[in-house]
Amino acid sequence: MSAISTATTSSVPRLLVTTSPHIQSGLSASRVMWDVNLAMLPALVMATHNFGLRAALVIGLSVAGAVAAEFLIQKFLLQKPSTLSDGSAVVTGILLAFCVPAALPLWVAFVGGFVAIALGKQAYGGLGQNIFNPAHVARAVLLASWPVYMTTWLKPGQGYGIADAITTATPLGLLKETARDTQLMEKITAEGGNLIGYVMQKLQITFSDLFLGVNFSGSLGETSKLALIIGGIYLLIRGHISWHGPVAMTATVFAGAFIVGGSLHYALFHLLTGGLIIGALFMITDMVTSPMTNKGHLLFGFGCGAITLLIRLKGGYPEGVCYSILIMNAFVPLIDKFMIPKRFGTSSQETVS
Amino acid sequence: MLEPRSFSGGLHPPDLKATADKAIVNLPIPSKVVLHVSQHIGAPARPTQKITDKVVCGQCIAEPGGFVSAPVHATISGTVIGAGNFMHPFGVPSPAIVIERSPDIQEPVYTAEDGLGLPVEEIKKRIQQSGVVGLGGATFPTHVKLSPPETKHIDTVILNGVECEPALTADHRLMLEEPDRIINGLKLIMKVLNSEKGIVGIEMNKPDAIALFTEKFKNEKNLSVQPLEVKYPQGGEKQLIYACLGREIPSGKLPMDVGVVVQNVASAAAISDAVNLQKPLMERVVTLAGNCATKPGNYRVRIGTPVGDFIEMAGGLKADIPLKKVIMGGPMMGFALFDLNVPIIKGTSGVLCWDETQAIVPVQTACLRCGSCIRACPMGLLPQQMKQLVDHKKWEKVDQIGMLDCIECGCCAYACPAGLPLVQTFKLGKKNVMAERKKSAANKG
Repeated sequence: MSAISTATTSSVPRLLVTTSPHIQSGLSASRVMWDVNLAMLPALVMATHNFGLRAALVIGLSVAGAVAAEFLIQKFLLQKPSTLSDGSAVVTGILLAFCVPAALPLWVAFVGGFVAIALGKQAYGGLGQNIFNPAHVARAVLLASWPVYMTTWLKPGQGYGIADAITTATPLGLLKETARDTQLMEKITAEGGNLIGYVMQKLQITFSDLFLGVNFSGSLGETSKLALIIGGIYLLIRGHISWHGPVAMTATVFAGAFIVGGSLHYALFHLLTGGLIIGALFMITDMVTSPMTNKGHLLFGFGCGAITLLIRLKGGYPEGVCYSILIMNAFVPLIDKFMIPKRFGTSSQETVS
Repeated sequence: MLEPRSFSGGLHPPDLKATADKAIVNLPIPSKVVLHVSQHIGAPARPTQKITDKVVCGQCIAEPGGFVSAPVHATISGTVIGAGNFMHPFGVPSPAIVIERSPDIQEPVYTAEDGLGLPVEEIKKRIQQSGVVGLGGATFPTHVKLSPPETKHIDTVILNGVECEPALTADHRLMLEEPDRIINGLKLIMKVLNSEKGIVGIEMNKPDAIALFTEKFKNEKNLSVQPLEVKYPQGGEKQLIYACLGREIPSGKLPMDVGVVVQNVASAAAISDAVNLQKPLMERVVTLAGNCATKPGNYRVRIGTPVGDFIEMAGGLKADIPLKKVIMGGPMMGFALFDLNVPIIKGTSGVLCWDETQAIVPVQTACLRCGSCIRACPMGLLPQQMKQLVDHKKWEKVDQIGMLDCIECGCCAYACPAGLPLVQTFKLGKKNVMAERKKSAANKG
């Protein structure tokens, strides 16, 4: 059904006739998506700074895989007009690359990008239809298929070569490993130290390193909190995301870690490591796979934070952001059903009778 | 000054009020008028004239078709040259009377008396006879609003001077130039309804009007100005009452159910003329704006003037900028015209002549489930879900989630990044939901 029809009159040849409103905010899906791409630029720069050309190549191949899947499926399978220019496939490609290690073989990055769009988005019917965050769907696929590649962490600041590259542990990985080692824990406690102090000393990092994203390893885009926050603030100012989800998720992890660990250092460590900040700012704010109301975002963010912490503390993986978001994605329809605004005129109120 | 008040939801589209400083200009009497019998909500008026009849300006040419109806008056003196179906601004042929002007017939002269001294019944009768309807655009017959059931006491009368639609400045100018007519109208309404309080609600983007009325009300015990946050649709009846008084009209109810009557400021001025001068509603102030208009401004024009003639009298169109879209009313709720031969009607607050840079149609893409529409909705509805349900013809379900509460303000569609035609969908949805309700009521009864 077309919203537009034209009429011919004697005085004016053709007048455009549409229903109201006759003005629009100028916001479009592609503007939102390209803004998100722009917001990821600082983190992309930091990834390249840390992991050099490899980072750029992994990101490039992941984007190429995503774009290829979007193009091929729309052109040959669905035979629909291409929506490549809306930038959403590029967003997915970059986000996926941000969640994988720099040492990932380039072909795996390409496969990941392809899977993200093919399985995570187009299989559901394209933009706006998918239930799960496509980048995280692909990350889960990669982690299940190539677990070694997905957990080989290069020390930052090395060249392109992998064969002789030095690998290292991620802060969360070492935290989990240490906490599991009862003998080691006893020794640390006997020496009057604590878990966080031990991990940070062993990795030779400070909290400001964790915040700036230097001197330690992790997934490409997640290391620099500063870069991510700059991007997040940009999206907030542009009105593409609201504060509710990110604040709820990070506050839940921070508060939960503080209660469990009993120290601010412990809580801060959980806040600044792993994929929490990128998850809170760029993953759970994805319009398509998150709730539609601000109330819903609060609950969604709380759920993501709680499950993240649960996996980090009790699960088999050192990090739980990806799975927590996938799990909460499944609850979005339910959240959307109940966390709705109050309808005007439905408060119980006395009327003049 | 009082703190500005507001409501939740809504948004602020660009003001576009370039004609706010243009004083009202009285246009010459047109040579022809087309007077539709349906210029108000309710039963159409019944025409009383036939072709070749001579009519005098101010003469009633169509009688009310019921209680919820309003008479129509000749707005020029002359000869009836047409009676039958003519194109209505809404885009459908509709019965109308066409009068051609005879300049030799004298315009009537009205003498003023103090309407406030008249008995209530006489005031009401004069308002009803004058054909005054809501001039903000809704065109609900005014006398009906002034006749609430005896059990409902109206303690507060609110005059709507919000003019939250972008581009429109007719009410703003009227408030600045003719405040006494408006205030007299307010007092007449309050007298009829035996109300204790009168409030004029004005958006903060009109500080001159707020200052003027504050000054005028200095010595009035019962009258006050309520400054309101600049946000659309602040002038929506439900939003205005909520902002001014904190009273929420229950779903499906009317302002009188919370003890309030709202009238537009221009309606109040028309009421003043109707009572004091016994002068029927024959003219109104219309904002002319848009890139194609040579002389954008605020013009007092006879009702029934064809839009094309109105534009010509008000300076005409620019020769070098092709006209793309003509909107009657404001950009958010006005309707696009097919044809410039349709007349200015009682509810016409503006005529916008847009070129192609202004007449932009958003490209439709897939819904992103971003929730912009939900945040924008001033009625707390779920536009995204409502559209899905209407698209799938789930009338009962969409009725349950509040389809009929939609005021068609356009905030959702304005905010939608996917450019979806939400208001169009909801107009269709409301029609179908009402039809379904009727059907199921008929089945039960």
